[in-house]
Amino acid sequence: MSITDIQLEENTASHDDHHDDHHEQGFIEKYIFSTDHKMIAKQFLITGILWAVIGGGLSIIFRLQLGFPGIDLTFLKPILGQWIDAEGVLDPEFYLALVTMHGTIMVFFVLTAGLSGTFSNFLIPLQIGARDMASGFMNMLSYWFFFLSSVIMFISLFLETGPAAGGWTVYPPLSVFKEAISGSGAGMTMWLVSMVFFIASTLLGGVNYISTVINMRTKGMSFSRLPLTIWAFFITAVIGLLSFPVLVAAALLLVFDRSFGTSFYLSEIFIGGEALPNIGGSPILYQHLFWFLGHPEVYIVLLPALGITSEIIATNSRKPIFGYRAMIGSMLAIAFLSFIVWAHHMFVSGLNPFLGSVFMFLTLIIAVPSAVKAFNYITTLWRGNIVFTPAMLFSIGLVSFFISGGLTGIFLGNSALDINLHDTYFVVAHFHLVMGSASFFGLLAGVYHWFPKMFGRMLDERMGYIHFWLTFVGVYLVFFPLHYIGIAGFPRRYYAFTSYDAFSTFGDLNTFVSVAAILTFGAQFLFLYNFFNSIFRGRRAPQNPWNSTTLEWTTPVNPGHGNWPGAIPAVYRWPYDYSKPGSESDFIPQTVPLSQTPESNLPHEQELAKSEVVSEPTKADESH
Amino acid sequence: MFNLVIIVAVVLIIAIVYTIFRVTTLISIAKGESSNNVPSSNKTHATLFILFLIAGLGGFFYYSFGGLDDSFVQPIASKHGVETDFWFWVTMGVTCFVFIVTHILLFGFSYKYQHDKDRCASFYPHNNKLELIWTAVPAVVLAFLVLTGWKIWTDITGPAPEEAYEIEVFGYQYGWSFRYPGKDGKLGDYDYRKIDKTGNDLGIDLKDRASHDDFISNQLHIPKGKPVLLKIRARDVIHSVYMPQFRAQMNAVPGLPTKFWFEPTKSTADMRIETGNPDFNFELVCNKICGRSHFGMKATIVVDELDEFKDWYKDQEAWLKLNPDYLSQVPENLKEVAIISAELENIDNNQSVGNSSSSF
Repeated sequence: MSITDIQLEENTASHDDHHDDHHEQGFIEKYIFSTDHKMIAKQFLITGILWAVIGGGLSIIFRLQLGFPGIDLTFLKPILGQWIDAEGVLDPEFYLALVTMHGTIMVFFVLTAGLSGTFSNFLIPLQIGARDMASGFMNMLSYWFFFLSSVIMFISLFLETGPAAGGWTVYPPLSVFKEAISGSGAGMTMWLVSMVFFIASTLLGGVNYISTVINMRTKGMSFSRLPLTIWAFFITAVIGLLSFPVLVAAALLLVFDRSFGTSFYLSEIFIGGEALPNIGGSPILYQHLFWFLGHPEVYIVLLPALGITSEIIATNSRKPIFGYRAMIGSMLAIAFLSFIVWAHHMFVSGLNPFLGSVFMFLTLIIAVPSAVKAFNYITTLWRGNIVFTPAMLFSIGLVSFFISGGLTGIFLGNSALDINLHDTYFVVAHFHLVMGSASFFGLLAGVYHWFPKMFGRMLDERMGYIHFWLTFVGVYLVFFPLHYIGIAGFPRRYYAFTSYDAFSTFGDLNTFVSVAAILTFGAQFLFLYNFFNSIFRGRRAPQNPWNSTTLEWTTPVNPGHGNWPGAIPAVYRWPYDYSKPGSESDFIPQTVPLSQTPESNLPHEQELAKSEVVSEPTKADESH
Repeated sequence: MFNLVIIVAVVLIIAIVYTIFRVTTLISIAKGESSNNVPSSNKTHATLFILFLIAGLGGFFYYSFGGLDDSFVQPIASKHGVETDFWFWVTMGVTCFVFIVTHILLFGFSYKYQHDKDRCASFYPHNNKLELIWTAVPAVVLAFLVLTGWKIWTDITGPAPEEAYEIEVFGYQYGWSFRYPGKDGKLGDYDYRKIDKTGNDLGIDLKDRASHDDFISNQLHIPKGKPVLLKIRARDVIHSVYMPQFRAQMNAVPGLPTKFWFEPTKSTADMRIETGNPDFNFELVCNKICGRSHFGMKATIVVDELDEFKDWYKDQEAWLKLNPDYLSQVPENLKEVAIISAELENIDNNQSVGNSSSSF
C-alpha cells in the first residue's frame, strides 16, 4: 500500500507535465483560453492568491510605518524608488496610495474575484450536476476581463505619479484633481478603467452563475435540495448583478467630471490657485452611488464564505446543517436588506438627519438574520461528532470572526454612536474582522476542502494545521487591539499620530499590531508552499475524502471535461443526510434514492419513496 | 557579512523544516495513517480551542480592566457626549455578553463534541421554537438600542438653540480657519469665486453688510456651557471636522454647507486640571482622507469660561480692518457703514486706504 502510493505519486507528477498527450485539447485551449469551469476556477484562484500576496504585502509596508513611525525603509528603495526619501522614510502620499490599493485589491481582486470567481465557477456545475456553465465562452471572457483589469491595476502601481490614493472609496473631489493628490492623475484614470473591466467580468460571471443554477440542475435537484453553497453563490450573483452596474454609473460620471468638464460631483471648488467654474454638483451623490454598490459588496464578499462554511461545518460535524430553511431565509433577507442600508456609511457626510434615522433602523434589522446564521452554526456543532480537518478549523475561525466583527456593527449602525466612531480605527477593526478576515477564512476553508477535487491531490494536513493556528491567533492579535485604538478616537488613514496630544498614546500597541501583522503575513507563505507543492507532489486524493454527501464527490478523482464520464447522476434527497438514525453509514449521498434506505427514512420521506422513480444510470455512476 | 549569515541561517532552517515535513509525510503514508478519516491530532485542536478561549478572554479582560496604564477613552467634554458614551457602554455590555457566551458555546461545543468513534452525531435538522427565539430576542434587543439611539440622534442633529453662538469652520488642504460673526452676531455671505491668494482665503463676500465686522481666527474659541453652532464648509476636497473629546464629527464638503451644534461642558483649564497635564489642549482634527498632509491637518480648540470668551471676542479685529485693501470690494453705498462696523475709522490714514484700493 505505502510503496505503491508513493510510486503512484511519482508517476502522476511526471504525468501531469505531459497532459496534453492524451487529450484532444492543446495546451492553450486547456490551460489558457479554457472554457472548462474547473480550469477557469483555478485561474481565478491562482490570480486571486497572487493578488492576496500583493495586497497583503502593501499592508505590511504601511504597518511598518504605523508601528515604527519614521522607520528606515531603504531596503525597499529598489521597488518603491522615489517614494522612499533620502533618509529611507516612506512618503506620506505613497502611504495613502498603499492604503488605497490594499483596500481595492483585497475587496475586489481577492475577495470578490478570488472567492466568488473561484468557488462559484468550480462548485456550481459540480454540485448541481451540470456538465459545465451555461455559457463556457462567457465564462472564459469573465476571467480574461478580470485578467485585463488586473494587468491595468498592477501597472498603475508603478506609475511615476503613483496609483490611486484617495482611499478605496475614491470620493471626489479628491479623486478628481491631480492638484489635490498626485495619485488622482494617471493612477486614478487607470483605477477607473480597471474597475470597469472588473465589473464587466463580474457581470459576465454573475449572469452565468444565475442561469446555470436556474436552468441546469440535474434531475431531482430542486431548489430545496440545493447545498447552501449554491444558494449562497446564487444569491451573491443576483446581488452583484443588481449592484455592480451602479458602480459603473458612478465611475462613468466620475470619468466625465475628471476629463470632460461636467459637474456631477463638483461644486464651488477653489483648487490649484483658481476658482473652478463647476457649480451645482454634489460630492454626496457619488457617495450614494458608490455605497449602493459598496454595501451589497460586503455581502458579495461574505455570503460565499458563509455558504462554504455551512457546507464544511455540516460535513465535519457529521450532522445536518441546523435550520436549512432558516439559513436560506436569512440569506435572502440579508440580500434584500443589503440594498437599503447603504447610507449608514454616510451618517456624518452631511446627509439629512432624517434619512440617517431611516437607515439606522434598516441597518439594525439586518443584524437579525446575521445573528440567526451565527446561532445556527453553533447549534450545528452541538451534539455533533466533529472532525477537525483544516477546512473545519478555518470554518470555525470564520464563525468566530463573523460574531466578533458583526457585534461591533451594532455600534456603527447606530447613528448616534457612529458620530464619534466614524472613520476611526474602530471601523477598521470592525470590517477587517467581519468582512476581511471572515471572508478570507472562507476562501482558505474552501481551498482546503475542495483542493482534492480541484487537483486530485491532498494538501498537507499538518502544514494546514500550523497555518490555521498561526493565522487564527495572528488575525485576532492584529485586529482586536484596533478596537481600543478606535475607541480612543484614532482616525484611520493617518500616516502618523506623532503630532497630536490626543493620540499620543498607544504607540506600543501599534508596534505590537505591526509585529503581529508581519508574523501573520509570514505564516501565509506556509500555505503558499503547501498549495503549490501539493498541486504537483501532494498525496493522491481518494474520491470522497471527507465522506461528503454532495454531488461533486461522485465525479472521478480528476473529473474531465463534462465532469461525469457517464450520465449525470440524479438527486433524491437534500444534501445534509449526515448521521441519519437507522442508517449504517454516517452519511447518505444525494444520489442514493430514498427507496433504497427504508431503514433511515423519515415518515414523510417514506411517502416520497413510494412514488420515487429511480433512473438507472445513477447506480452505474456511483461505482466510479 | 552579518546579513549574509542571517540569510544562510534562515535558508538552512527552512531546509531543515522542509526535510522534517517531507520525512514525516512519507512515514505517515507508509504507516497508512492517511486512510483514516479522523486526523490523529483531532483532540489537540479541540483542546487548543479551549486554551485559545481561556487565553483570549483572559487577555481581553486583563487589557480592558487595568492592563492599560490609563483609561483609553478620551475624556468627555460635551453635553451630548455624556449620553452617547453612556449608550456606547450599554451597547458594549450587551455585545460583550453575547460575544463571550457565543464564544464559550462555539469553542465549548467544538471541544465537547470532538470526534468519538463510539458516538454518533444526533440528527437534528431544525427546531422552529429555538429559531423563533433567537430571531425574536436579538430583534427586541436591537429595537431597544435603535430607539434609544434614534432619540439621541434626533436631539443631536435637531435645530440648534436660538442662543447658540454661530461660528463658521472652513477646511482646506491642510488646515482650518474659523470665522466669527463679529458684533452684529450675523455671519456674512461668502462666495467661493471671491477666494484669492492675497488675503481673502475664505471668500468673504463684502457685498453683504453682515460680513464687514466678521473676524477670523486660526484657533476655535468657544464658550463653556453655551451651545455652539458650527457652520461647516470646505474649499477644495472633503474634510471632516472631528473633535474626539466633544464626541462631535461632521464632514466639510465643498459646495454643500453642513452644520453641527453641541455644548462644551469643560473649559481647557478644567481639562488641564482633570488630566493633570498642564499643556492639555483640545484639538480639532481632519477625519476624512484629504491628501498628503491629511494626518497633520488640525487646529487647537480653546474652551473659555463665558466671560473670558466674551472678552476675547471683543478684542478681535474685523477681517476687513486687518485687510483694508478689500474696502474697494464693498459697494459704494455700503462703504461708510463698512468703515464703521469694521472700525476702520481708527486707522487715521484714510487716504492710504483709498490709495491702495485704487491700485486694484
